[in-house]
Amino acid sequence: MGEATAAPVQPEPGEGHYTSLGLSNEKMAMWALIGSECLFFGALITTYLIYLPRTGAGPGPKEIFDIPFTSVSTFILLMSSLGMVLALAAIQAGDMRRFRIWVLATALMGSTFLAGQIYEFTAFVEEGMGLTTSPFSSAFYVLTGFHGVHVAGGILMLLTLWSLSLMGRLPTSRAGAVENVGLYWHFVDIVWIVIFTVIYLIPAE
Amino acid sequence: MAAEHEERSHPSVGEYVEIGVILAVVTAMEVALFYADLARGFTVPALVTLTIIKFALVILWFMHLRFDSRLFRRLFFVGIGLALAVFGAVIAMMFLGGQTGVGVS
Repeated sequence: MGEATAAPVQPEPGEGHYTSLGLSNEKMAMWALIGSECLFFGALITTYLIYLPRTGAGPGPKEIFDIPFTSVSTFILLMSSLGMVLALAAIQAGDMRRFRIWVLATALMGSTFLAGQIYEFTAFVEEGMGLTTSPFSSAFYVLTGFHGVHVAGGILMLLTLWSLSLMGRLPTSRAGAVENVGLYWHFVDIVWIVIFTVIYLIPAE
Repeated sequence: MAAEHEERSHPSVGEYVEIGVILAVVTAMEVALFYADLARGFTVPALVTLTIIKFALVILWFMHLRFDSRLFRRLFFVGIGLALAVFGAVIAMMFLGGQTGVGVS
């Protein structure tokens, strides 16, 4: 009992609950979710790599991927992560106007990425690569489709933060909620960083 | 125990912008590597290295793992470790055990 017991951290009003370690319960839960999502996407990427050579009668990665288009989408998603941290920095500084601008810009960049993915899927189907064309196409659509669903979920969270802020229901003391949504958004970004190289650049190289 | 959940202050706006610029430059390098007519034995490891750099920059600075509690780092790396274990197990099944039902042509 040599160590003095740390006094429990007292959260600000409306700031949520803390664990006995002084860490936010909500942030801990978000990291646990992200940890489990790593396993989920890891399994999907592994499945894709297994089925990569099995294109059947359908097109393969070299014939179908539009690298310049996907590169632009990737750049937009990366920059949305920058927008997210700038939104967090703004709310932590108490600048709600700048927070709303950045959170909306992040949601718009996410929506642009998602629109690009929908366009890409449509183009692939027109070129003869449907969901059930080959094991390769199924694995590709399931992996990138699930990522797209995660992006859509993130956009909804960002727009919720923006709406709450407009209604005056997101005070600076709730910056932790913005940080947690940001963690989710950056996770979606790092999954795409891996997908862009492993699924697009390397197989089509 | 104190070091277990020691937290340092988050980066400044300037640092965030610097990381954003580095990410954009590394992405441009990846695309340039893709179009450069270099040996696959060089291109693939180079692309993987650049991806790891981008991944590390986002988790360490944007997700604050460099600054936040080590407990968050552990939660994240347990997930990454499990994902790599799944990948390794499947690859081992394919190469050590031959065709295993999920056959590769």
